[in-house]
Amino acid sequence: MARGTCFKYGDNVDTDVIIPARYLNAPSPEELAKHCMEDIDPAYATAVKPGDIVVGGWNFGCGSSREHAPMAIQASGAACVIAASFARIFYRNAINIGFPILECPEAAEAIASGDTVAVNFSTGEIVDETTGKTYQAAAFPPFIEEIIRHGGLLPYLKARQDG
Amino acid sequence: MGMTMTQKILAHHAGLDSVKAGDLIEAKLDLVLGNDITTPVAITTFDKTGFTKIFDKDKIAIVLDHYTPCKDIKSAELCHQAREFAKRFSITHLYDVGTVGIEHALLPEQGLTAPGDLIIGADSHTCTYGALGAFSTGVGSTDMAAGMAMGENWFKVPAAIQVELTGTLQPYVSGKDVILHLIGEIGVDGALYQSLEFTGEGVASLSMDDRFTIANMAIEAGAKNGIFPVDEKTIEYITGRVNRPYTVYEADPDAEYARKVVIDLNTLKPTVSLPHLPSNTRTIDEVEGMEIQQAVIGSCTNGRISDLRAAAEILKGRQVAAGVRCIVIPATQAIYLQAMEEGLMKTFIEAGCAVSTPTCGPCLGGHMGVMCAGERAVTTTNRNFVGRMGHVKSEVVLASPAVAAASAVAGCLKDPAKLEKGE
Repeated sequence: MARGTCFKYGDNVDTDVIIPARYLNAPSPEELAKHCMEDIDPAYATAVKPGDIVVGGWNFGCGSSREHAPMAIQASGAACVIAASFARIFYRNAINIGFPILECPEAAEAIASGDTVAVNFSTGEIVDETTGKTYQAAAFPPFIEEIIRHGGLLPYLKARQDG
Repeated sequence: MGMTMTQKILAHHAGLDSVKAGDLIEAKLDLVLGNDITTPVAITTFDKTGFTKIFDKDKIAIVLDHYTPCKDIKSAELCHQAREFAKRFSITHLYDVGTVGIEHALLPEQGLTAPGDLIIGADSHTCTYGALGAFSTGVGSTDMAAGMAMGENWFKVPAAIQVELTGTLQPYVSGKDVILHLIGEIGVDGALYQSLEFTGEGVASLSMDDRFTIANMAIEAGAKNGIFPVDEKTIEYITGRVNRPYTVYEADPDAEYARKVVIDLNTLKPTVSLPHLPSNTRTIDEVEGMEIQQAVIGSCTNGRISDLRAAAEILKGRQVAAGVRCIVIPATQAIYLQAMEEGLMKTFIEAGCAVSTPTCGPCLGGHMGVMCAGERAVTTTNRNFVGRMGHVKSEVVLASPAVAAASAVAGCLKDPAKLEKGE
């Protein structure tokens, strides 16, 4: 479960604005968090509180393969990203590091910046408490559910390797 | 139902007779790649998980190409971490300053990528090797760590878009114009989660360098990979480079495609992408005269020998315009050397260009050509997102080497054909 204030952005939020390359030389979560969303919303890093929610439009996380992008959002304190769709490398990276993402075009379009939203990760239900509307995110395939349940790809693989 | 080239490669590496779009599979990897930005994150997570072995010291490539020669202490520390890891596991293919080139030009040149391979790389432009008829795709650092530890990874089998090429390219039109045109047609998420399968009689006329450029930017349409059929030009390219068995795959005649796009190469014009999305395309005649302060000719997209030749042809006997910085970056040491032997370096330097050792540098706003607010560059790189080459108020226009060179001479966006005619 997560409940927080939404920070809403448009379509094609790319990894260069999520975490600009000039900060990739210091890949600690704390350093990345300081500059998260800097080139699209310089106020984000100081305004975001633990449990808040990032909302994007279509093709969220397009561009580079830098895992630093979901790492930065996770380290900033955000609980999850809701978007209409995700670029595929960002999608993989978020799942692989155990950071929740929800694909839901209706919610991504309707939710406004500043709305208070509650998300149930096990059912995929998204409730915009500000407007009273409820949305249903797409379910993950069971295999991906397993990765998420282990907290990411490597813990999942290690558990399997260790039998 | 038949399979696409991509689906056949995935099926084979998963030990399956057939797969279909949407299947989740686990498949064996022929090569795992990382660079100086992504590898350190992979190493940290590899160690944290408690892995103590790599799957194959000959099937991992670590290419220190982004911030090198190191631009600051922090990037030097990242390279150090990568070198120590390579030493710890006796990784064969570590490319460091002096031998390093831009990864996606370097690995095919060194023969590490072959037709039919399944390759993952912690760099989004890993899709470049589709030019050789391989399945290759960009992943993140955790996937790289998993690949290094296990020699396999999970994949969702992609549906496909068939891109049929007809005709032949006209003078001053190149592979870059083909891919920019395609991205303009289908959009930056037009091929999301899908493969781009290039087919048609037009393929034969494309040089390998053109094919590398086209496959390289498949990611800019959101694609998982881009792939070309293997033909005589492919075999000629890999002969003397690839010294191991490889498999040539062909799409089944009844392969299923979600969509088909036809591009007539005869009618393509030099094409550019205006800020701030690669899909924001215009033909050069629509945007001539837009002022620039910088031109960059290089990158994993366009730093190969034919790109340098195309730029040099324009720059020979001419001067870079006053107020424009033109930066030329050969993608590998071998390309650098060949360009020297062909006299291209003399042309660049006499024209007033700065020539750099191979590096990704300016493409991602890392170093070697970062811009301040209010500046605009025409570049042969692959992304023109906000802040990509520096300040959030700087701008990047994507173009071919010929257009970038002509624009450097004119001081504004310029059609190379018109420059040649003195217009």
